[in-house]
Amino acid sequence: MTPRDKMIWVFGGVIVLLAVASLAGAILGKRARSESSRATIDNLQARVNAWWIMTAVLVVTFALGETATLIVFGLVSFFALREFITLTPTRRSDYVPLVLAFYLVLPAQYLLIAYDQYGTFAIFIPVYGFLLLPAVATFAGDTQEFLERTAKLQWATMITVYCISYAPALLLLDIPGYEGSGALLLVYLLLIVQLSDVLQYVFGKLFGRTKLAPAVSPSKTWEGLIGGGVAATLIGGALAWITPFSWWQALAISFVIVIMGVLGGLTLSAMKRSLGAKDWGVMIEGHGGMLDRMDSVSFAAPVFFHIVRFFFT
Amino acid sequence: MRPTSFVLTGIARLLVGAFPRWSGCEPEPTQRIYFANHTSHIDTIAIWAALPIRLRYITHPVAAKDYWGSGVRRYIATKALRAVLIDRSRSDPNANPLLPLIETLQRGESLIIFPEGTRGTTALPGPFKSGLFHLATQFPHVQLVPVYLDNLHRSMPKSAVLPIPMSCTVRFGTPIALAPAETKEAFLERARGEVIKLAGDIKA
Repeated sequence: MTPRDKMIWVFGGVIVLLAVASLAGAILGKRARSESSRATIDNLQARVNAWWIMTAVLVVTFALGETATLIVFGLVSFFALREFITLTPTRRSDYVPLVLAFYLVLPAQYLLIAYDQYGTFAIFIPVYGFLLLPAVATFAGDTQEFLERTAKLQWATMITVYCISYAPALLLLDIPGYEGSGALLLVYLLLIVQLSDVLQYVFGKLFGRTKLAPAVSPSKTWEGLIGGGVAATLIGGALAWITPFSWWQALAISFVIVIMGVLGGLTLSAMKRSLGAKDWGVMIEGHGGMLDRMDSVSFAAPVFFHIVRFFFT
Repeated sequence: MRPTSFVLTGIARLLVGAFPRWSGCEPEPTQRIYFANHTSHIDTIAIWAALPIRLRYITHPVAAKDYWGSGVRRYIATKALRAVLIDRSRSDPNANPLLPLIETLQRGESLIIFPEGTRGTTALPGPFKSGLFHLATQFPHVQLVPVYLDNLHRSMPKSAVLPIPMSCTVRFGTPIALAPAETKEAFLERARGEVIKLAGDIKA
């Protein structure tokens, strides 16, 4: 099978899954009687509809190629950073560092990927952004909460730009015998992370009893985590044929992806709650904001990238 | 829809979201004066972008002639946004600066105005100028809709050239009307209070 055939099979599978989900939503919607089950089904249908749109965007993006993929992920980072900064209290004296984060740091990070500059892209934000953004901020002469403001901007750029950019950076990797298939690795990552989220939600709704971390993420349960996590890991193993991994390597790697995804969901949930919000935004109907959908990806992408780069290139 | 207007609203959505929230009224083609807090040069475009397209045809932002009256800005204001320009400096002391606004309302169309008259720097609006009162007196049948724009004072502080991208909501409240025998001061303070009410728990 060519990489293109594999891509068509994977997305064909996703479309069948979504069709089943839409059908299930419609049937459950007819049956729902009580107020609360009505609300759950409405939210479920909104989520499925948003999935259709996100899938369509990805299909078009991958069909257009690498540049389009980088632009789309650049926009994902942009919207995620916009949400993060919206919820973060900023002061007038933060103006210049914020402008630099949006209009210089973000495009530069994606350009470094476009020009295959792994050595620079891996340290640009953690070293140069880390040192220079606060240095620029000092010129505004405002020391009030300077450490807090610096830390928030650093976290915002690290999560929304640096970590998310590792996902399209998978296209950079040269894996012997796997040439021209970088996009499949990216699809693999997104599929495992998002399936893990969805399956945890489904298992949680069906069997959820024991709260995992009620203060941080009230809807997460142990039953959902274990059921969804195991199911997503098994699917990851079964999808070994689209990756350069053997079946047991795919199982182990998808297990790591699932765990990192869970940790990302929890950490960013704690983050948004400390900023006083329940959702990061309102962009994606039923899901909340861009970061509510990308929280798990932002943690899983860098680790997945490094595993593949270390063991397979 | 004109291409320039389409591009402008696209840029506004990308940079500041401009998500509409119709909490006190529906987006209907009723003749209205939308009055909002004013903190940045994007305010006009943000409200414009939050209105459904069919309402944009009959709604005219009011913009200051001294800023929007020449060059590219004039083109954007008059061609893309179909704004009504107002002479803040009162270059002709005998002319009524509200005249272009009155003419627009007489044609049955709607206006977007910023009754503070100038951009503020805080989340909550300052005192209102009397223009809104005069328009309310002359056009008692026109709905007066309070509008609150959040976050834009953070996105584009007064001296800024580039906006910091920020999700902004445009909150449309319940229409008010001038009460019989209500004084100018009482009315303007009440109108300002309605905008502040929409801010919810946002502090100045």
